Amino acid sequence: MLRADGLRHAFGHVIALDDISFSLAPGRTLVIFGPNGAGKTTLLKVLAGLIRPQAGRAAVAGGRRAIGWIGHQSHLYAHLTVAENLVFWAALYDVPAGRRRARAAEVMRRLAIADQADRRVWALSRGLAQRAAIARALMHDPQVLLLDEPFTGLDLAAAAEVRALLTQLRGAGRVVVLATHNVDEGAELATDVAFQRRGRFVHFAPRGAHESAEIAEAYRRAVGAGAAGGAGGTTGG
Amino acid sequence: MADTLRHAWTIARKDLLLEFRTRTAVLSAVVFTALVLTVFNFGRDPTAVATIDLAPSILWVTFSFAAILALNRAFQLELENDALEALLVSPISRTSLYLGKLVANLMFVAVVECVALPLFVLFFDVPVWRALAPLVAVIALATVGFVAVGTLFSAMVIRTRFAELMLPVLLLPFFIPPLTGAVQATARLLDGRPLSEAAGWLRLLAGYDVAFLVLATLLFPHTVDE
Repeated sequence: MLRADGLRHAFGHVIALDDISFSLAPGRTLVIFGPNGAGKTTLLKVLAGLIRPQAGRAAVAGGRRAIGWIGHQSHLYAHLTVAENLVFWAALYDVPAGRRRARAAEVMRRLAIADQADRRVWALSRGLAQRAAIARALMHDPQVLLLDEPFTGLDLAAAAEVRALLTQLRGAGRVVVLATHNVDEGAELATDVAFQRRGRFVHFAPRGAHESAEIAEAYRRAVGAGAAGGAGGTTGG
Repeated sequence: MADTLRHAWTIARKDLLLEFRTRTAVLSAVVFTALVLTVFNFGRDPTAVATIDLAPSILWVTFSFAAILALNRAFQLELENDALEALLVSPISRTSLYLGKLVANLMFVAVVECVALPLFVLFFDVPVWRALAPLVAVIALATVGFVAVGTLFSAMVIRTRFAELMLPVLLLPFFIPPLTGAVQATARLLDGRPLSEAAGWLRLLAGYDVAFLVLATLLFPHTVDE
């Protein structure tokens, strides 16, 4: 479903990706933890096809059409309403014209923003805008979701709702790759966990039965102490 | 091809809706046009140079500066909330993105020109009406060339610092051929000479349009990809 082989990329002298390899089968959720500047965003951008790596190869089954992308910003037009934004993006993903409004209504309902449909994006709070951004990424029912710090700006209740939604998507066989610098959020979603530091995966393994607190402790040990680990792996087939 | 055109129209329609909501580009370009024509009107000595000799240059300088104002906005609105990033992840071709922006920009500039032309006639009292149809053809041909190149450069500079300054600096040298052709053809038409005398300049404009539409379509993907 999603595969990365020997990805390497640098911005000048700064190494952003250093021999990253992994593959994910349907229904897997990889959560990548790493401090600021570890290369998480670069990795997601390479997977999304936004950056061509200097070495290695990334492939997503179904190509760009299969990808749902949530970056650092909402990717929404401030002077369009939430519903107009969603319908616009659905059109670019070739959702049939007759289905777009119904699909927008369905996605907004799942993210509890149905009452915001006719509000312009500039009038939304940070948390509502983030939910609308997630709704945008789900409009074409993507097989692979790439999320960069998706909980930014969300209050605890909204973050819990988004986590529940991502768990549902995993159950429906979607692949999710989520990058965050905050080890306290996202760990419970993971089927696979990676710790990224200076472009390298210093740890990559299935989560197994580990509790979130254990993962947080392992992360602090691995990244804080610069522990070495496997540079890649394959999970879930 | 059908997908490319459909996606292009979706992008153009979205840009037009955004412009209709904010009126930022068109309104500022129209006000700018009116001000430039006013300045030219009061800043010339009608006894030194005949209006008819000066008018074609004034018209095209005004059109080209107003076009730059509108073109500056083309990709600026994609930077708000970084919509450009999501456009590049989406499955649409880069050509769709270029064509969508091109169509929206053509419409913006056409609206500005529709306002500017009557103002030009009002200020300079030139006999436009007797050559209106061929003049509209000249304006259309030159505008397509301006906007084809301008849309490409507007994408190229959008991630640079001082994008609004960079665009005219890069663009104006490329405007020289269509500007020359448009001024020469307009001068002949306003002077009441037959269309055949402007045919060579019209061919230059058409050739420029074809060349830069093809080149810009081919080069555009390289300007937006990281």
